[in-house]
Amino acid sequence: MAEPTRTPLSPRESEPVSAPLVPAEDLRRHLPGVEPERRLNDWGRSERVEGVFDATVVEFFYRYWFRVEVEGIENLPGTGGAMLVSNHSGALPPDAAMIAKGIREEHAHPRPLNITVEHFFKGYPGFSMLIPKIGCVAAHPANVHRLLYDEEQLVLVFPEGRKGTEKLYKDRYRLRRFGRGGFVEAAMRARAPIVPVCVVGAEEAAPVFAQLGLFKRLTGLLYFPITPTFPHFGLLGMLGYLPAKFKVRFLEPLHFDEEGLHEDKALVQTVAHEIRARIQENLWDMLAARRSVWFG
Amino acid sequence: MIMDSRRILVTGLSTYWGGRLAQALEAFPEVEAVIGVDNEEPQVELERTEYVKVGAQHALLRRVVEAAEIDTVVDTRLVTDSSRTTPSKAHENNVIGTMNILAACSGKDSPVRKFVFKSSTHYYGCEQDDPSFFDETMVRPHPPRTPIERDIVEAEASVNEFAEKNPGCAVTILRFANVLGPDVRTAHIDLFSLPAVPMILGFDPRYQFVHEDDVVHALEHAARHGLPGVFNVAGDGVLALTEVASLLGKPYAPILPPWGTGLAAAALRRVGVRIPPEALAQLRFGRGVDNRRLKAGGFRYQHTTRETVLKLGEHLRLHPVVRGARAPYRYEREVEEFLRWSPHVRNARDKVPRGAGANGGEPDRVAAAERRAAEAEEAAKRALELAERAQRQLEGVSERETRTSSPVEHYDDLGAEEVIGLLGSLERPDLHTLREYERRNANRARVLSAIDARISHGETPV
Repeated sequence: MAEPTRTPLSPRESEPVSAPLVPAEDLRRHLPGVEPERRLNDWGRSERVEGVFDATVVEFFYRYWFRVEVEGIENLPGTGGAMLVSNHSGALPPDAAMIAKGIREEHAHPRPLNITVEHFFKGYPGFSMLIPKIGCVAAHPANVHRLLYDEEQLVLVFPEGRKGTEKLYKDRYRLRRFGRGGFVEAAMRARAPIVPVCVVGAEEAAPVFAQLGLFKRLTGLLYFPITPTFPHFGLLGMLGYLPAKFKVRFLEPLHFDEEGLHEDKALVQTVAHEIRARIQENLWDMLAARRSVWFG
Repeated sequence: MIMDSRRILVTGLSTYWGGRLAQALEAFPEVEAVIGVDNEEPQVELERTEYVKVGAQHALLRRVVEAAEIDTVVDTRLVTDSSRTTPSKAHENNVIGTMNILAACSGKDSPVRKFVFKSSTHYYGCEQDDPSFFDETMVRPHPPRTPIERDIVEAEASVNEFAEKNPGCAVTILRFANVLGPDVRTAHIDLFSLPAVPMILGFDPRYQFVHEDDVVHALEHAARHGLPGVFNVAGDGVLALTEVASLLGKPYAPILPPWGTGLAAAALRRVGVRIPPEALAQLRFGRGVDNRRLKAGGFRYQHTTRETVLKLGEHLRLHPVVRGARAPYRYEREVEEFLRWSPHVRNARDKVPRGAGANGGEPDRVAAAERRAAEAEEAAKRALELAERAQRQLEGVSERETRTSSPVEHYDDLGAEEVIGLLGSLERPDLHTLREYERRNANRARVLSAIDARISHGETPV
């Protein structure tokens, strides 16, 4: 899972035949309408597949296995686009699904959450078919902008990206570098608030003891971790989470109402650092208050 | 400010798009001249489009452009589907052909003020790290991989160069998504015509289509209005391939393996299933585009992607039943020239202006106007016949004095039936005169009521 900076597509200012300048509000007006007969949306999200997933696997883990506790849900706006930024961990990270389920269960106006993922998933058979159906979107700046600005949806971003899920158990709860701040830029461009999110428990639920580079290359996967259940229980071992107690905390949102903020690279970096510091601080705070890994 | 087009040159008249576009442009009375060029004969019936048999030879084309004072050129030739021709022919047409056409339109003294180029969303390619919706400002993240994509990128580059060197000419590039429809033939329609929709195992790509009628309308919209810039043309909505299959009412068959897909496709070609390389990339990664800029430019799509697929589904079910019911059109040079230029041809167009008063964009109204024009022609023929017969009857009979002049010669010798038959050919002022004349002279009740009916009927706008 990545932050949206990988392939910047810049407008070709030098080309003489360029796209006509249309005010962004006008473009928003021309978004395609919803066809109620369809079961998928334009991103490939399937309400049916998502519903089945939600009612079975996610429900089980959320309620009985991880016993997720949510605090500060009121910090998440009920309308308009908003970007959620969270820490990230676990071989097959359970944190995204738990945050999405938390919003559905606890928020006064539950909304679907779009989870940004690495482009890798689009190219891997099987994942490519399933991942978009359950609400994952490739972490491309254009995708994030369309979701935040045009469609006014919720987008979950993991700025640590793959570096977060790759890290070993001994480095737990130590945030990696927050990429190049592309997520802040995207939120500023869309003038959408950023809501930092802290997740405690995911590191213990899926501890990674080692990474095997050779097998990673052989399977073509993003990484090949050694966890308590993987690889010796096969692919299903990826779902073999330990029953750690989950706590999810939504922090106060940062607002970017001014236009053109994203062009100030220094400001982008400062804000990215500040968000990282706030998440890290709150993680230490939550860990200090935690008496047991399994019971909270 | 760009002037509206009056004299339009359509390249690639023998291609499906060239022919359809010329047909569409003929319906607009403000378009003075439609001239089509190609080195093969047109495949569709054309009414007033003039066909010049010339390929992409820039010297000859230039003479045509200058002689006819062409103000708008619409280039519809681009081959975007490698299953239709060989790579070398496609390259010749797409790259060299485009260069020649552009050469014929460039220069300070060129009358061309507008150039519309039909391109394809293959320009963006299909890759793993694509955005979910390409918009017109984006460049493809990787260099093109298939010959067709390379051609399209090259052709667009030369159009860009042309625009740079000819700032007085407004250039429009329309990038069309995959086209579906009952009449056009594309690689994807071939795939969807199979008993099951082939897929790559483990992939469910996103697809966006555009209906053939929307393609013609978009070309016509760009040709008639000032719309400089690049525009994506694709129906609203992006479907997953599994969704497409279920809309077509067909099962899907993940017969292509995720690894070694090219080899499997080559094996399939042996059994007659041709999947061109650019379609193979789409079957893996899919593509969605942002179509909002064209909508902001005043264009309205008639079909969403879903409706386009449903229409194709209907056609595919109906096709085996109606196959061969309609004879294909064949261009006969002598006949076409006779119909256009002979002084003996009574052209319905001169009597009732085609599409006059009808709003151009509405096909049903145009069709209604055409129907009325045909009816009027029929009535005129009937009247002429009657008049001739009447004249023969009157031979040798001395002409009688008439108290007021009648709009019809030898009126007094016609029977009631014949008069009523004649009414269809008369204009409204004439009808009024005739009514007055009839009232004063013979005063036949049947004739009067028939004239009244005709007058009130004529008041409905044509």
